[in-house]
Amino acid sequence: MNMTELFKDQFAQLQAEDKDSKLSAVREQAFSAFNEFGIPTVRHEEWKYTRIGTLFTKDYKSQVSGKTDFSAKDVDAYRLPGHKEANELVFVNGQFVDKLSTIRSKDLTVLHLAEAAKNEYSEIVSKHFGHSSDYLKDGINALNTAFVKDGIFIHVKRSKIIEEPVYIYNITDAAAENILAQPRSLIYLSENAQLQIIETFATRGTEDSFTNQIMEVIVEKDARFEYCKIQNDSANASQVSTTHIRQTGTSYVNAIIVSLNGEIVRNNTNVVMEAPHCEAHLYGLYFQKGNSHIDNHTIVDNVMPHCFSNELYKGMMDENSTGVFNGKIFVRQPAQKTNAFQSNKNILLSNNASVNTKPQLEIFADDVKCSHGCTIGQLDEEGLFYLQSRGIPEKIAKSMLLVGFASDILDKINLPHIRTYVDHLVAERLGN
Amino acid sequence: MLTISNLHAGIEDKKILKGLNLEIKAGEVHAIMGPNGAGKSTLASVLAGRQDYEVTEGSVEFLGKELLDLAPEERAGEGLFLGFQYPVEIPGLSTTNFVKTAVNEIRKYRGQDPLDAVAFLKMMKEKMALMNIDQTLLSRSLNEGFSGGEKKRNEIFQMAMLDPKLAILDETDSGLDIDAIRIVSNGVNKLRSKDNAVLLITHYQRLLDYIVPDFVHVLYNGRIVKSGTKELALELEEKGYDFIKNEINEDEEVSIAEKH
Repeated sequence: MNMTELFKDQFAQLQAEDKDSKLSAVREQAFSAFNEFGIPTVRHEEWKYTRIGTLFTKDYKSQVSGKTDFSAKDVDAYRLPGHKEANELVFVNGQFVDKLSTIRSKDLTVLHLAEAAKNEYSEIVSKHFGHSSDYLKDGINALNTAFVKDGIFIHVKRSKIIEEPVYIYNITDAAAENILAQPRSLIYLSENAQLQIIETFATRGTEDSFTNQIMEVIVEKDARFEYCKIQNDSANASQVSTTHIRQTGTSYVNAIIVSLNGEIVRNNTNVVMEAPHCEAHLYGLYFQKGNSHIDNHTIVDNVMPHCFSNELYKGMMDENSTGVFNGKIFVRQPAQKTNAFQSNKNILLSNNASVNTKPQLEIFADDVKCSHGCTIGQLDEEGLFYLQSRGIPEKIAKSMLLVGFASDILDKINLPHIRTYVDHLVAERLGN
Repeated sequence: MLTISNLHAGIEDKKILKGLNLEIKAGEVHAIMGPNGAGKSTLASVLAGRQDYEVTEGSVEFLGKELLDLAPEERAGEGLFLGFQYPVEIPGLSTTNFVKTAVNEIRKYRGQDPLDAVAFLKMMKEKMALMNIDQTLLSRSLNEGFSGGEKKRNEIFQMAMLDPKLAILDETDSGLDIDAIRIVSNGVNKLRSKDNAVLLITHYQRLLDYIVPDFVHVLYNGRIVKSGTKELALELEEKGYDFIKNEINEDEEVSIAEKH
């Protein structure tokens, strides 16, 4: 059975099983969008350098069943340092698992999305759920929504600061079969609230996995949202990971994406600045080897005036790895006095590695400051000689230069536990 | 300590050093002067092991070993130090971290245990005072955004930390104001001892007022064409390099005439 037919069957099954859900109508709409768009090919402008079709030729286990035999002990292998002082949310094969998750902060509300759609939060859900599809018009985005049975809804009340970070573990159990997992979350920061999320992806077993994730975040006036995504999954784990952030009030957003391994990894990181004087920082570090493919697509949409955004993505590509950076900045006509900066810097460490980088600015206002730049180069030979001339062996000298190159991204990770953890992963990748 | 014999070297197809001979003994300070393009920096680069240069002939013996067979880091391990004319900016690597790694890698090369944090800090404080460098500079990324004077002081600070047998200082004075020259020279002078040696490469005599050399050599067209004491430097300063060029050319004409 080909994937399209399989999806059709699975969709019918899901709609029959879960017909009373508030999400049923949303799914219906998304599934017809999926059928209309199809799986993106390289002819799709936003997928020109990322060939994702091959992922859909694999036979995946039914992704609607939420059953798992994962135990808390099984999760231990994937916990992040500092987890005892953190909230931990666990997804297995794309489904949120209550019994494996721990909420430690009293002001943090975590609900099943289906539940939130019915209760006091229903208005938020109906207003914001699926907003990313306005920006990502492709079958991948629609596919996640079409199969959204459950996900999580995180809510932080007005003026509440969640001091303990939220760790989200996306675990795929591909021990027996190929798995398609589609985690979904909707996160709402009320006025003057603060929340910090650290997210990781891991696959158990040796079969192939494909995670198609969507996280939608709403940041209200004076709220502060900090996000860090760490992608260090196995070399046959692929993912499309969408982080779509709406700054509905004047607010602060900081998003860091560290990508160290995976087969095909595509990140869509969007920030929509819908209020004046919003501030957003988007950082990315990718360090790939083998045959990994990493694609970072970002959108910063300046809708209102006086917003500030700074984007810095840095890549180190070794062996046969390939990279893509596509940074889109929109400055709408009312968004005067916008300050938007973007930079993408790459080091190619082998003759077979490559990067395609493309800044894309669409400016409709006439009084703005926008800049963009990209570089692709090799490791600085002069710097290498300088270090060696001081007695530092070549291999260590190279590592020091690369860590130095990465440091202005790593320095932005402000949770010490996580910083140490990522430093360790980078050192491991450097082979130290 | 260092014996350079008939050294020929170049970059790509361009021959730069054409049979250079030089001997440096422990406790000595040598200065090499010469006009632009004479091969001064090439000599420094070849001795430190920069890959772009190709040695086509000759040998360099350093403390009983063939220097040219060693990788740059091994040369440093043996006790060679090059003060760069243009110290390289390394983003994201603090000077402290860099120097600590260098000190301990050299110790490792020599079969010594790494310095512990206390001993390292003590040594660093001492050398910082010597070079008039403060902590904030050392916490910053190596040479990034440093002024010319700060970069050169940092070079001599590194030299002080690594305590080399032979220090080659490549145009350490160029572009420095007089105060910076004094600080840098003072640092070098304090590190002079009967066991180590210094090779100063400079375009100007001025530096030699502060670091007084035992020998002065004139490098011209890839060879040392004249050697003397510090008075030679004064003569060069006064008459300019043209007088050397004329002298050489006359000599060559004479030798050609003699042959006939």
